[in-house]
Amino acid sequence: MSALAAATSTGEAVQFWVLGTVAVVGALCTILMKKAVHSALCLAATMIILAVFYLANGAYFLGVVQIVVYTGAIMMLFLFVVMLVGVTAADSLKETLKGQRWLAALCGIGFGVLLVAGIGHASLGPGSFIGLGEANAAGNVDGLAALIFTKYVFAFEITGALLITAVVGAMVLTHRERTERARTQRELAEQRVREGKHLPPLPAPGVYARHNAVDIAGLLPDGTPSELTVNKTLRARGQIRDVSREALNDLKALERRSEERLGRDRDALDRDGRRDGQEAQR
Amino acid sequence: MNPVNYLYLAALLFTIGAAGVLIRRNAIVVFMCIELMLNACNLALVAFSRMHGNLDGQIIAFFTMVVAAAEVVVGLAIIVSLFRSRHSASVDDASLMKL
Repeated sequence: MSALAAATSTGEAVQFWVLGTVAVVGALCTILMKKAVHSALCLAATMIILAVFYLANGAYFLGVVQIVVYTGAIMMLFLFVVMLVGVTAADSLKETLKGQRWLAALCGIGFGVLLVAGIGHASLGPGSFIGLGEANAAGNVDGLAALIFTKYVFAFEITGALLITAVVGAMVLTHRERTERARTQRELAEQRVREGKHLPPLPAPGVYARHNAVDIAGLLPDGTPSELTVNKTLRARGQIRDVSREALNDLKALERRSEERLGRDRDALDRDGRRDGQEAQR
Repeated sequence: MNPVNYLYLAALLFTIGAAGVLIRRNAIVVFMCIELMLNACNLALVAFSRMHGNLDGQIIAFFTMVVAAAEVVVGLAIIVSLFRSRHSASVDDASLMKL
Protein backbone atom coordinates (compact mmCIF):
# COMPACT_ATOMS: atom_id res chain seq x y z
CA MET A 1 0.00 0.00 0.00
CA SER A 2 2.91 2.32 0.49
CA ALA A 3 3.44 2.13 -3.25
CA LEU A 4 0.18 3.97 -3.64
CA ALA A 5 1.42 7.04 -1.87
CA ALA A 6 2.10 10.25 -3.70
CA ALA A 7 5.26 9.27 -5.51
CA THR A 8 5.35 6.40 -7.94
CA SER A 9 8.00 3.74 -8.09
CA THR A 10 10.31 3.28 -11.07
CA GLY A 11 8.45 0.11 -11.95
CA GLU A 12 5.20 1.98 -12.20
CA ALA A 13 6.82 4.65 -14.35
CA VAL A 14 8.15 2.03 -16.76
CA GLN A 15 4.75 0.36 -16.80
CA PHE A 16 3.05 3.66 -17.48
CA TRP A 17 5.26 4.66 -20.38
CA VAL A 18 5.24 1.27 -22.08
CA LEU A 19 1.55 0.45 -21.63
CA GLY A 20 0.46 4.06 -22.09
CA THR A 21 2.09 4.11 -25.51
CA VAL A 22 0.33 0.89 -26.43
CA ALA A 23 -2.99 2.28 -25.15
CA VAL A 24 -2.68 5.42 -27.28
CA VAL A 25 -1.68 3.38 -30.33
CA GLY A 26 -4.67 1.11 -29.72
CA ALA A 27 -7.00 4.09 -29.46
CA LEU A 28 -5.61 5.57 -32.68
CA CYS A 29 -6.02 2.22 -34.43
CA THR A 30 -9.63 2.12 -33.19
CA ILE A 31 -10.50 5.26 -35.08
CA LEU A 32 -8.22 4.66 -38.08
CA MET A 33 -8.84 0.99 -38.94
CA LYS A 34 -11.10 0.52 -41.91
CA LYS A 35 -12.85 -2.62 -40.72
CA ALA A 36 -15.07 -2.51 -37.65
CA VAL A 37 -13.73 -5.85 -36.40
CA HIS A 38 -10.17 -4.51 -36.24
CA SER A 39 -11.42 -1.40 -34.46
CA ALA A 40 -13.17 -3.57 -31.87
CA LEU A 41 -10.06 -5.66 -31.23
CA CYS A 42 -7.86 -2.55 -30.86
CA LEU A 43 -10.38 -1.08 -28.43
CA ALA A 44 -10.36 -4.31 -26.42
CA ALA A 45 -6.55 -4.07 -26.14
CA THR A 46 -6.81 -0.47 -24.94
CA MET A 47 -9.40 -1.48 -22.35
CA ILE A 48 -7.23 -4.26 -20.98
CA ILE A 49 -4.37 -1.79 -20.58
CA LEU A 50 -6.70 0.61 -18.79
CA ALA A 51 -7.59 -2.25 -16.44
CA VAL A 52 -3.89 -2.61 -15.63
CA PHE A 53 -3.74 1.11 -14.92
CA TYR A 54 -6.71 0.84 -12.57
CA LEU A 55 -4.90 -1.91 -10.70
CA ALA A 56 -1.77 0.22 -10.54
CA ASN A 57 -3.81 3.09 -9.12
CA GLY A 58 -5.18 1.00 -6.27
CA ALA A 59 -8.60 0.41 -7.82
CA TYR A 60 -8.42 -3.36 -7.56
CA PHE A 61 -12.14 -3.97 -7.79
CA LEU A 62 -12.54 -1.66 -10.78
CA GLY A 63 -9.60 -3.29 -12.56
CA VAL A 64 -11.22 -6.70 -12.35
CA VAL A 65 -14.64 -5.29 -13.27
CA GLN A 66 -13.08 -3.55 -16.25
CA ILE A 67 -11.73 -6.83 -17.58
CA VAL A 68 -14.86 -8.85 -16.83
CA VAL A 69 -17.50 -6.33 -17.87
CA TYR A 70 -15.81 -4.25 -20.53
CA THR A 71 -13.52 -6.60 -22.39
CA GLY A 72 -15.49 -9.69 -21.47
CA ALA A 73 -19.07 -8.60 -22.03
CA ILE A 74 -19.31 -5.26 -23.77
CA MET A 75 -16.62 -5.80 -26.38
CA MET A 76 -17.94 -9.27 -27.14
CA LEU A 77 -21.38 -7.72 -27.60
CA PHE A 78 -19.77 -5.29 -30.02
CA LEU A 79 -18.15 -8.14 -31.90
CA PHE A 80 -21.49 -9.95 -32.11
CA VAL A 81 -23.16 -6.89 -33.58
CA VAL A 82 -20.26 -6.37 -35.98
CA MET A 83 -20.70 -9.94 -37.18
CA LEU A 84 -24.45 -9.40 -37.42
CA VAL A 85 -24.42 -6.01 -39.08
CA GLY A 86 -21.01 -5.11 -40.35
CA VAL A 87 -20.78 -7.82 -42.96
CA THR A 88 -21.90 -5.58 -45.76
CA ALA A 89 -21.36 -2.31 -43.94
CA ALA A 90 -18.17 -0.90 -45.37
CA ASP A 91 -17.43 2.60 -44.17
CA SER A 92 -18.28 4.94 -47.01
CA LEU A 93 -15.35 7.11 -48.02
CA LYS A 94 -17.63 9.58 -49.75
CA GLU A 95 -17.66 12.90 -47.94
CA THR A 96 -21.15 14.27 -47.49
CA LEU A 97 -19.82 17.49 -45.98
CA LYS A 98 -16.85 18.99 -47.71
CA GLY A 99 -13.68 18.97 -45.61
CA GLN A 100 -15.52 17.54 -42.62
CA ARG A 101 -12.77 15.08 -41.77
CA TRP A 102 -10.06 17.69 -41.61
CA LEU A 103 -12.22 20.06 -39.60
CA ALA A 104 -13.06 17.21 -37.23
CA ALA A 105 -9.39 16.31 -36.80
CA LEU A 106 -8.59 19.99 -36.21
CA CYS A 107 -11.36 20.24 -33.61
CA GLY A 108 -10.01 17.11 -31.95
CA ILE A 109 -6.48 18.47 -31.76
CA GLY A 110 -7.72 21.82 -30.45
CA PHE A 111 -9.81 20.11 -27.81
CA GLY A 112 -6.87 17.94 -26.77
CA VAL A 113 -4.58 20.96 -26.47
CA LEU A 114 -7.23 22.69 -24.36
CA LEU A 115 -7.59 19.70 -22.02
CA VAL A 116 -3.85 19.14 -21.63
CA ALA A 117 -3.21 22.83 -21.06
CA GLY A 118 -5.94 22.87 -18.43
CA ILE A 119 -4.39 19.97 -16.56
CA GLY A 120 -0.95 21.53 -16.95
CA HIS A 121 -2.15 24.78 -15.42
CA ALA A 122 -3.60 23.11 -12.38
CA SER A 123 -0.99 22.96 -9.65
CA LEU A 124 -0.67 19.22 -9.36
CA GLY A 125 2.80 18.58 -8.10
CA PRO A 126 3.86 15.14 -6.90
CA GLY A 127 2.95 16.26 -3.40
CA SER A 128 -0.67 16.84 -4.28
CA PHE A 129 -1.39 13.10 -4.43
CA ILE A 130 -2.42 11.72 -1.07
CA GLY A 131 -2.53 8.10 -2.21
CA LEU A 132 -4.97 5.37 -1.32
CA GLY A 133 -2.92 3.70 1.41
CA GLU A 134 -5.29 4.82 4.14
CA ALA A 135 -8.52 4.39 2.18
CA ASN A 136 -7.59 0.90 1.08
CA ALA A 137 -6.39 -0.13 4.53
CA ALA A 138 -9.38 -2.40 5.16
CA GLY A 139 -9.29 -3.68 1.59
CA ASN A 140 -10.45 -2.00 -1.58
CA VAL A 141 -13.63 -4.07 -1.98
CA ASP A 142 -14.63 -3.53 1.67
CA GLY A 143 -14.12 0.21 1.36
CA LEU A 144 -16.16 0.39 -1.84
CA ALA A 145 -18.94 -1.72 -0.36
CA ALA A 146 -19.12 0.46 2.72
CA LEU A 147 -19.53 3.54 0.53
CA ILE A 148 -21.97 2.01 -1.96
CA PHE A 149 -24.33 0.69 0.69
CA THR A 150 -24.31 3.77 2.88
CA LYS A 151 -23.52 7.05 1.17
CA TYR A 152 -24.44 6.06 -2.38
CA VAL A 153 -27.21 3.56 -1.67
CA PHE A 154 -29.85 5.68 -3.38
CA ALA A 155 -27.80 5.94 -6.58
CA PHE A 156 -27.20 2.21 -6.36
CA GLU A 157 -30.94 1.49 -6.22
CA ILE A 158 -31.57 3.77 -9.19
CA THR A 159 -28.89 1.87 -11.08
CA GLY A 160 -31.01 -1.25 -10.74
CA ALA A 161 -33.99 0.56 -12.29
CA LEU A 162 -31.73 1.81 -15.08
CA LEU A 163 -30.51 -1.68 -15.90
CA ILE A 164 -34.04 -3.09 -15.95
CA THR A 165 -35.11 -0.27 -18.27
CA ALA A 166 -32.15 -0.96 -20.55
CA VAL A 167 -33.01 -4.65 -20.78
CA VAL A 168 -36.66 -3.91 -21.59
CA GLY A 169 -35.60 -1.26 -24.11
CA ALA A 170 -33.26 -3.63 -25.88
CA MET A 171 -35.97 -6.27 -26.09
CA VAL A 172 -38.52 -3.79 -27.43
CA LEU A 173 -36.09 -2.41 -29.99
CA THR A 174 -34.84 -5.71 -31.37
CA HIS A 175 -38.10 -7.65 -31.19
CA ARG A 176 -39.82 -7.76 -34.54
CA GLU A 177 -43.48 -8.52 -34.67
CA ARG A 178 -44.50 -10.65 -37.65
CA THR A 179 -47.26 -8.67 -39.29
CA GLU A 180 -47.99 -11.30 -41.90
CA ARG A 181 -48.14 -15.07 -41.83
CA ALA A 182 -45.03 -16.85 -43.07
CA ARG A 183 -45.70 -18.27 -46.51
CA THR A 184 -45.76 -22.02 -46.78
CA GLN A 185 -43.67 -24.03 -49.17
CA ARG A 186 -46.70 -24.76 -51.33
CA GLU A 187 -47.53 -21.06 -51.66
CA LEU A 188 -43.95 -20.29 -52.58
CA ALA A 189 -44.00 -23.01 -55.24
CA GLU A 190 -47.27 -21.66 -56.64
CA GLN A 191 -45.83 -18.18 -56.75
CA ARG A 192 -42.82 -19.47 -58.67
CA VAL A 193 -45.06 -21.15 -61.19
CA ARG A 194 -47.19 -18.02 -61.54
CA GLU A 195 -44.16 -15.85 -62.15
CA GLY A 196 -42.74 -18.44 -64.48
CA LYS A 197 -39.24 -17.05 -64.08
CA HIS A 198 -37.33 -19.89 -62.52
CA LEU A 199 -39.31 -23.04 -61.94
CA PRO A 200 -36.75 -25.67 -60.94
CA PRO A 201 -34.52 -25.31 -57.89
CA LEU A 202 -31.58 -22.95 -58.22
CA PRO A 203 -28.52 -24.48 -59.88
CA ALA A 204 -25.76 -25.75 -57.65
CA PRO A 205 -22.46 -23.90 -57.29
CA GLY A 206 -19.13 -25.24 -58.38
CA VAL A 207 -17.50 -26.40 -61.56
CA TYR A 208 -17.61 -30.07 -61.00
CA ALA A 209 -14.70 -31.05 -63.16
CA ARG A 210 -12.35 -29.04 -60.96
CA HIS A 211 -13.98 -27.13 -58.08
CA ASN A 212 -16.94 -27.85 -55.83
CA ALA A 213 -16.62 -25.05 -53.25
CA VAL A 214 -19.80 -23.09 -52.51
CA ASP A 215 -18.19 -19.74 -53.28
CA ILE A 216 -17.36 -20.66 -56.87
CA ALA A 217 -20.01 -19.71 -59.35
CA GLY A 218 -21.08 -22.43 -61.75
CA LEU A 219 -20.28 -21.74 -65.38
CA LEU A 220 -22.85 -21.37 -68.11
CA PRO A 221 -22.29 -23.17 -71.44
CA ASP A 222 -20.60 -20.09 -72.88
CA GLY A 223 -18.11 -20.00 -70.00
CA THR A 224 -19.53 -17.02 -68.06
CA PRO A 225 -20.21 -17.47 -64.32
CA SER A 226 -23.85 -17.76 -63.25
CA GLU A 227 -24.79 -15.53 -60.29
CA LEU A 228 -27.76 -17.74 -59.48
CA THR A 229 -25.58 -20.56 -58.26
CA VAL A 230 -23.99 -18.68 -55.37
CA ASN A 231 -25.49 -17.85 -51.99
CA LYS A 232 -26.90 -14.32 -51.68
CA THR A 233 -24.76 -13.49 -48.65
CA LEU A 234 -21.56 -14.40 -50.44
CA ARG A 235 -22.66 -12.30 -53.39
CA ALA A 236 -23.28 -9.32 -51.09
CA ARG A 237 -19.86 -9.70 -49.51
CA GLY A 238 -18.23 -9.94 -52.92
CA GLN A 239 -16.64 -13.22 -51.91
CA ILE A 240 -17.38 -15.09 -55.12
CA ARG A 241 -14.38 -16.76 -56.68
CA ASP A 242 -14.66 -16.51 -60.43
CA VAL A 243 -12.95 -19.38 -62.20
CA SER A 244 -14.35 -18.77 -65.66
CA ARG A 245 -11.17 -17.17 -66.97
CA GLU A 246 -9.11 -19.73 -65.11
CA ALA A 247 -11.12 -22.57 -66.63
CA LEU A 248 -10.54 -21.27 -70.14
CA ASN A 249 -6.84 -20.86 -69.45
CA ASP A 250 -6.71 -24.34 -67.98
CA LEU A 251 -8.47 -25.71 -71.02
CA LYS A 252 -6.03 -23.94 -73.30
CA ALA A 253 -3.07 -25.26 -71.33
CA LEU A 254 -4.56 -28.74 -71.42
CA GLU A 255 -4.99 -28.57 -75.18
CA ARG A 256 -1.46 -27.33 -75.65
CA ARG A 257 -0.09 -30.04 -73.41
CA SER A 258 -2.04 -32.77 -75.14
CA GLU A 259 -0.89 -31.46 -78.49
CA GLU A 260 2.70 -31.56 -77.30
CA ARG A 261 2.23 -35.01 -75.91
CA LEU A 262 0.55 -36.20 -79.08
CA GLY A 263 3.15 -34.52 -81.25
CA ARG A 264 5.97 -36.09 -79.31
CA ASP A 265 4.22 -39.41 -79.44
CA ARG A 266 3.86 -39.06 -83.19
CA ASP A 267 7.60 -38.32 -83.47
CA ALA A 268 8.36 -41.32 -81.27
CA LEU A 269 6.08 -43.47 -83.39
CA ASP A 270 7.79 -42.23 -86.53
CA ARG A 271 11.18 -42.98 -85.07
CA ASP A 272 10.04 -46.42 -83.94
CA GLY A 273 8.53 -47.06 -87.31
CA ARG A 274 11.76 -46.06 -89.06
CA ARG A 275 13.78 -48.21 -86.70
CA ASP A 276 11.45 -51.11 -87.32
CA GLY A 277 11.85 -50.56 -91.02
CA GLN A 278 15.67 -50.48 -90.75
CA GLU A 279 15.64 -53.64 -88.69
CA ALA A 280 13.39 -55.25 -91.21
CA GLN A 281 15.75 -54.16 -94.04
CA ARG A 282 18.63 -55.65 -92.13
CA MET B 1 6.98 9.91 -12.39
CA ASN B 2 4.23 12.24 -11.35
CA PRO B 3 0.86 10.42 -11.09
CA VAL B 4 -0.69 13.37 -12.90
CA ASN B 5 0.50 11.66 -16.08
CA TYR B 6 -2.54 9.40 -15.77
CA LEU B 7 -4.67 12.50 -16.21
CA TYR B 8 -2.75 13.46 -19.35
CA LEU B 9 -3.23 9.96 -20.72
CA ALA B 10 -6.96 10.16 -19.94
CA ALA B 11 -7.19 13.51 -21.73
CA LEU B 12 -5.38 12.07 -24.75
CA LEU B 13 -7.64 9.04 -24.94
CA PHE B 14 -10.74 11.20 -24.55
CA THR B 15 -9.54 13.46 -27.36
CA ILE B 16 -8.90 10.51 -29.65
CA GLY B 17 -12.37 9.18 -28.89
CA ALA B 18 -14.01 12.54 -29.56
CA ALA B 19 -12.15 12.91 -32.86
CA GLY B 20 -13.23 9.39 -33.80
CA VAL B 21 -16.88 10.24 -33.14
CA LEU B 22 -16.56 13.22 -35.47
CA ILE B 23 -14.58 11.44 -38.18
CA ARG B 24 -16.08 7.98 -38.53
CA ARG B 25 -19.36 7.18 -40.31
CA ASN B 26 -19.91 3.59 -39.29
CA ALA B 27 -22.35 3.70 -36.38
CA ILE B 28 -20.65 0.79 -34.61
CA VAL B 29 -17.25 2.47 -34.71
CA VAL B 30 -18.79 5.73 -33.50
CA PHE B 31 -20.19 3.76 -30.60
CA MET B 32 -16.80 2.24 -29.85
CA CYS B 33 -15.32 5.74 -29.75
CA ILE B 34 -17.96 6.74 -27.19
CA GLU B 35 -16.88 3.74 -25.11
CA LEU B 36 -13.28 4.92 -25.40
CA MET B 37 -14.27 8.34 -24.08
CA LEU B 38 -16.13 6.77 -21.15
CA ASN B 39 -13.09 4.66 -20.34
CA ALA B 40 -10.84 7.71 -20.44
CA CYS B 41 -13.17 9.40 -17.96
CA ASN B 42 -12.97 6.36 -15.72
CA LEU B 43 -9.18 6.50 -15.77
CA ALA B 44 -9.30 10.17 -14.77
CA LEU B 45 -11.76 9.36 -11.96
CA VAL B 46 -9.53 6.60 -10.64
CA ALA B 47 -6.56 8.96 -10.72
CA PHE B 48 -8.60 11.59 -8.86
CA SER B 49 -9.50 8.98 -6.28
CA ARG B 50 -5.82 8.36 -5.72
CA MET B 51 -5.14 12.08 -5.60
CA HIS B 52 -7.71 12.76 -2.89
CA GLY B 53 -7.07 9.62 -0.92
CA ASN B 54 -10.68 8.47 -0.78
CA LEU B 55 -12.75 5.99 -2.72
CA ASP B 56 -15.50 8.29 -3.99
CA GLY B 57 -13.85 8.62 -7.38
CA GLN B 58 -13.82 4.87 -7.78
CA ILE B 59 -17.50 4.71 -6.86
CA ILE B 60 -18.33 7.21 -9.58
CA ALA B 61 -16.22 5.24 -12.06
CA PHE B 62 -18.17 2.15 -11.05
CA PHE B 63 -21.48 3.89 -11.73
CA THR B 64 -20.10 5.11 -15.05
CA MET B 65 -19.41 1.52 -15.98
CA VAL B 66 -22.97 0.51 -15.12
CA VAL B 67 -24.40 3.36 -17.16
CA ALA B 68 -22.05 2.48 -20.04
CA ALA B 69 -23.26 -1.12 -19.98
CA ALA B 70 -26.90 -0.01 -20.15
CA GLU B 71 -26.05 2.45 -22.89
CA VAL B 72 -24.29 -0.21 -24.96
CA VAL B 73 -27.26 -2.54 -24.70
CA VAL B 74 -29.73 0.08 -25.91
CA GLY B 75 -27.38 1.62 -28.48
CA LEU B 76 -26.53 -1.68 -30.12
CA ALA B 77 -30.22 -2.55 -30.22
CA ILE B 78 -30.86 0.75 -32.01
CA ILE B 79 -28.06 0.01 -34.47
CA VAL B 80 -29.44 -3.46 -35.17
CA SER B 81 -32.95 -2.17 -35.78
CA LEU B 82 -31.57 0.66 -37.96
CA PHE B 83 -29.64 -1.90 -39.96
CA ARG B 84 -32.77 -4.01 -40.35
CA SER B 85 -34.73 -1.17 -41.86
CA ARG B 86 -31.98 0.44 -43.95
CA HIS B 87 -29.48 -2.36 -44.61
CA SER B 88 -26.66 0.00 -43.70
CA ALA B 89 -24.85 0.95 -40.51
CA SER B 90 -23.72 4.32 -41.79
CA VAL B 91 -24.78 7.32 -39.74
CA ASP B 92 -25.25 9.32 -42.93
CA ASP B 93 -28.17 7.14 -43.95
CA ALA B 94 -29.93 7.69 -40.65
CA SER B 95 -30.20 11.44 -41.09
CA LEU B 96 -34.00 11.54 -41.19
CA MET B 97 -34.46 10.49 -37.54
CA LYS B 98 -37.21 8.11 -38.55
CA LEU B 99 -37.37 4.61 -39.85
